[in-house]
Amino acid sequence: MKKDKIGDPLSRIDGRLKVTGGAKYSGEYKLPGLTYGVLVSATIPCGTVSSMDIQAAGKAPGVLAVITPFNAPKVPGYQPGAARPVRGLKLFNDDKVYFNGQPIALVVAETFERATYAASLVKATYKAEPFETDFHKNFDKGVIPNEGRYKDYVRGEADAYKKAPVVVEQDYMLPSEMHNPMELHVTTAFWDGDDKVTLYTKSQGVIGSQRSIANAFGLEVANVQINSRFVGGAFGSSLRTWPHEVAAVQAARLVKRPVKLTLTREQMFTLVGYRPLTIQRIGLGATTDGKLMGITHESHSQTAVYEEFTENAVNVSRFLYASPNANTRYKVVPLNVGVPTPMRGPGEATGSFALESALDELSYKLNIDPIELRLKNYTDMDPERNLPWSSKFLKECYQLGAERIGWEKRPTKPGMQRDGDWMVGYGLGCGAFGAYRSKTQVRIKLTPDGSVNIQTATSDIGPGTGTAMTLIAADILGIPAERISFELGNSAFPVAPTQGGSQTVSSVGSAVHDVCIALKQKLNTLAGLPADNTAEIEYATILQRLNLPSLELTQESQSGEEARKYSMYSFSAHFAQVHVHSLTGIVRVKRLVAVVDGGKIVNHKTASSQMIGGAVGGIGMALTEEAIFDDRFGRYVNGNLADYHVPVNADAPDIEAIFIDKPDPIINPIGTKGLGEISLIGVAAAVANAVFNATGKRIRDLPITPDKVLMT
Amino acid sequence: MNPFQYTRSSAASGAIQSLVKEPQAHFLAGGTNLIDLIKMGVLRPERLVDINALPLRGIEAIAGGLRIGALASNSEVADHPLVLQDYPLLAQAINAGASPQLRNMATVGGNIMQRTRCNYFFDTAMPCNKRSPGSGCGALDGYNRMHALFGASEKCIAVNPSDMNVALTALEAVVHVKGPKRDRKIAFSDFHRLPGDHPEKDNTLERTELIISVDLPANSFNRHVHYLKVRDRTSFAFALISVAAALDLEGDKIKGARLAMGGVAHKPWRLHGAEAFLLGKTSGEDVFRQAARIAMQGAKAYKYNQFKLTLAPNAILQALKTASSLG
Repeated sequence: MKKDKIGDPLSRIDGRLKVTGGAKYSGEYKLPGLTYGVLVSATIPCGTVSSMDIQAAGKAPGVLAVITPFNAPKVPGYQPGAARPVRGLKLFNDDKVYFNGQPIALVVAETFERATYAASLVKATYKAEPFETDFHKNFDKGVIPNEGRYKDYVRGEADAYKKAPVVVEQDYMLPSEMHNPMELHVTTAFWDGDDKVTLYTKSQGVIGSQRSIANAFGLEVANVQINSRFVGGAFGSSLRTWPHEVAAVQAARLVKRPVKLTLTREQMFTLVGYRPLTIQRIGLGATTDGKLMGITHESHSQTAVYEEFTENAVNVSRFLYASPNANTRYKVVPLNVGVPTPMRGPGEATGSFALESALDELSYKLNIDPIELRLKNYTDMDPERNLPWSSKFLKECYQLGAERIGWEKRPTKPGMQRDGDWMVGYGLGCGAFGAYRSKTQVRIKLTPDGSVNIQTATSDIGPGTGTAMTLIAADILGIPAERISFELGNSAFPVAPTQGGSQTVSSVGSAVHDVCIALKQKLNTLAGLPADNTAEIEYATILQRLNLPSLELTQESQSGEEARKYSMYSFSAHFAQVHVHSLTGIVRVKRLVAVVDGGKIVNHKTASSQMIGGAVGGIGMALTEEAIFDDRFGRYVNGNLADYHVPVNADAPDIEAIFIDKPDPIINPIGTKGLGEISLIGVAAAVANAVFNATGKRIRDLPITPDKVLMT
Repeated sequence: MNPFQYTRSSAASGAIQSLVKEPQAHFLAGGTNLIDLIKMGVLRPERLVDINALPLRGIEAIAGGLRIGALASNSEVADHPLVLQDYPLLAQAINAGASPQLRNMATVGGNIMQRTRCNYFFDTAMPCNKRSPGSGCGALDGYNRMHALFGASEKCIAVNPSDMNVALTALEAVVHVKGPKRDRKIAFSDFHRLPGDHPEKDNTLERTELIISVDLPANSFNRHVHYLKVRDRTSFAFALISVAAALDLEGDKIKGARLAMGGVAHKPWRLHGAEAFLLGKTSGEDVFRQAARIAMQGAKAYKYNQFKLTLAPNAILQALKTASSLG
């Protein structure tokens, strides 16, 4: 019998569906009586809606409802004293406008076109109030967030770097970046009576969505059904339930028909979060032979006036390098903008850009190779939590990456290597991201034909979750992958965590592993064998012999004591080779080598794809992506895919993903640590450091566009 | 998007008459720009007159040059053997723009008429004299990184976004148009206009006139040519600066030069002074550098596009270096 093993390069189990159009996404359910919702957005950044004229819109052909703050049915979870209150923006609940682009009306009509037209007829008058969207102007209004983990951190002495013989102190800026998945955010909602609702919605976590919608409408959780089988990219933008999803449910209840609400690309810039504009100051102090004596990492990032968003921008500086002294400070600046949300690699990607750039600057000051500098400050335990690592193979990452990129060809002085009119440079950027494992339940069902069905309420936003899970099950059960069907993206399935924070394979994979072992044990027992029998058994025969129609098991799996005894991280080292044009300032990434210690790799094929995708995201962060605000109006000026530059194929070079592929002995039974974030964290610094190596120009505000190269 | 009527036209005269009758009617060709503008609410037509059935797709050699039908798609032009042989600069410029899908849809006539990509023009919630005369120029004191260096006015500092137009300017194309009363020819350099007090007018075409063809006169710029486009990403981005450079070389001697820039003015910007300077000179980096300096005379930058004062002459130099080193 064919054997599929963990580590094999298995093609995506849903690949054919995806490339033939057979995969049905949330906006593609043509339900009977489907209606269409279109949002009307505010054109002021702060104030109140004093009146709205919805007469013309209401009379436009095919219009079923125009929902505004003045007539909206109340959403129970939005009301003061709600049993399970909903956080964030409460759409149409009052007349307040907190940011430009905030929805102030929802038009529902028989067709999308009619709803769009009627939406253009809605007229609002505002009572405008003073607003603040200028991050730089409001920098000093930064506040320390309420959550404990964002309080100032000090190990040893604060700002000790200042006393060191060699000092780097610099500011690094990252603009707001938009997730911009290809698939627009879309929700199709319909009610069954007054107390049951079903959603097809773009979601990274159907269980989270289920609870949010239940809270908003005061429903039994079991009466909310969330489906999100296929997701056309999300990158964090579907980690939470957004106000427009609640609005779609609200509208469906009002018109008593299914409502499909799709955001426009422009609305994607204001309503579904983004990586926030951040300014970081790094202070590094070292001895003349390159031993770090102090690391200080400060960060200011923007958030919304109506909701606080925080992320781990500074945390990487607490543990990545050995330093007797380290301290971090983190503040957020509330502005009249939409609330940010985690974007792939979240704060760690932001923080690593600053820390890894500063380290590169220090390497030139010390005239020490950047890899050697990192090795000099390598730490074999987590200095922040004072715990051993569950596993760490970062040294091996440096070594493999250096060999692969040809690090020995890197000029030790910047601006020394040329290829015609192009300057050539090499750069390194490292990353770390927590390796997590959350409680997960999985159901498995064996039928007498020998096929196995596995269900769990996880999601697949692109990494190939179903494929990896199939491979794990095939390996443990010792049956071919073709005999296994894996289902996800349905809130009726056993509870699984949201797909975020690189934890899916670790969490869900462990549960699949455990349930498969439990199934084998059960079959052994049924067959009269010892439970731990390892000899091959014919599953189907056992069921047939016992005349069982099927065998079903549900298993819950979670981490134990080890989570408190060890510090668990994935690590990465990204190596970039860039060419920079001497006259035009154009930067081309020619090669990227990403070496990752992500524990055991379950599926080399999809894991490589994931690494390449993350690297392209990192190139976008380094070279092209920037959401630009006009602070006079508090509006984005490039809220579209023509002017907001997501990297295209031509920007993506030869990208090579190399895996250490050593199982972590602690974290979970398979030893996987996670790849989603680490694939991006460190890439921007690698590119920026390579640009410096090529040109001698240190560009500390991303993205590195031709103008900055020329004018620096 | 507002509701509008849609008519298919099978004859140029009929199409023109539709526009004579209805002041808010527009010709629809590839639609790659027009439909976007309608969706954004920038244009609110009452009727679209689809001209795709008109027999204007041909690309043919004519006495003294090449005639390109107004409805020839951008990709048909860029791939045409006669264009590749005699006007490679045009093929390069077209291929530097948009994406293959868009170039398959976009027509030559439509590309000539392409509206500016100024962000303030596209966003109806912000001021723009081009979209809404008298509302003010959002870019003048706003985010003007993509904006003009030459020929702008206080009313408008937008730039023409087309790559193809830059090459057509350098190649001294002639636009043939048909109107309700008469046909006429417009030299390419006279086709687009500077904003002055009327930025709402992009060009000198009358509203009821239809572009029939673009004629390219025969020339000897078929070897030493280069279209250089500097942009924020490698493909599918509008030009920060683009340069169409064509040299007629005899050995190192410059017998003829054509130079035009994109991303710097309300119209494709022909560099006559630099061309004149190059004539008769020996091809080389110093000469090119001086030509670039001459080309930049009179340039005026704004808050966010100061870099163009450095990038533009560098791009001219690079384009000339590449053009001269070819063939």
